[in-house]
Amino acid sequence: MAEHATEPFHAVERQREANRFGMLIFLSSEFLLFGGIFAAAMALRLENPDGYRAAASHLRLGLGTANTAILLTSSLFAALAVEAVRGARPRRTALWLGGAALLGAGFLGIKGAEYAMEYREGLMPGTATAHFSGPAEQIFMNLYFAGTGLHALHVTIGIAVLLVAAALAHKGGERHAMLVGNAALYWHLVDIVWIFLYPTLYLAGVG
Amino acid sequence: MSPALRLVAVWAALMLLLAATAGASFLPLGPAKPFVAYAIAAAKAGLVLWFFMEMRREDGLVRLAAAAGFVWLLFLLVLTASDMLTRS
Repeated sequence: MAEHATEPFHAVERQREANRFGMLIFLSSEFLLFGGIFAAAMALRLENPDGYRAAASHLRLGLGTANTAILLTSSLFAALAVEAVRGARPRRTALWLGGAALLGAGFLGIKGAEYAMEYREGLMPGTATAHFSGPAEQIFMNLYFAGTGLHALHVTIGIAVLLVAAALAHKGGERHAMLVGNAALYWHLVDIVWIFLYPTLYLAGVG
Repeated sequence: MSPALRLVAVWAALMLLLAATAGASFLPLGPAKPFVAYAIAAAKAGLVLWFFMEMRREDGLVRLAAAAGFVWLLFLLVLTASDMLTRS
């Protein structure tokens, strides 16, 4: 594996560190993009705990839990792809990346099915059939669709990045290793956001 | 432990934590319930950060960049809660 630093870096190690540093600053700002939704959910929950729980109980805990398991597994696949790049195994890299993207697509499928059910039950704000028992329920469903919708957008972008990295796996080299590393980091962030959306939205409705 | 095996072990731990948090949500924990749920979520996020995102290999600067988002979110949540909880 030929490893040459590109300008302005003199050493590969320095280039890698700068790449990771920049990527993590970007991911931190991405995380804060969701921060407002978490803060709004917390404020609503503190103000009206019973209304919040009643509204959250409309969500399907089984599907939310299944989707959490799917995303955690796809994160494992992305981490294994990084490990395969390190061992200079392009075929294996492409397979793990493709597997992670496939699980991401499965996640979106389940999410879409949930949205369809919520639409039929009149829980989708802004649609003609929408009817809510009160303001807490309406605000909660607004937050739910804003949070999971923004997250689903990130999943879609993540799938595209994973597939591009998989398609270029045969090229190898330092540039591709960085692409796979960054694609995996992005995918893990999408996973972390969902790890916190799960108790905020789904678990809050139990009991 | 080989690197791949370690990653699989972390995944197994994540699955156990998921089962634990789903199970705990049915226990009569009262007001402690959200704290238990978010503590387990933080543990899961910690595992993903440390092993999957390889923070264990990084130096201080990169770890600081990763922590920045969480620290600022914590400010947002603590200050919002201190307002919500002290209104008369």
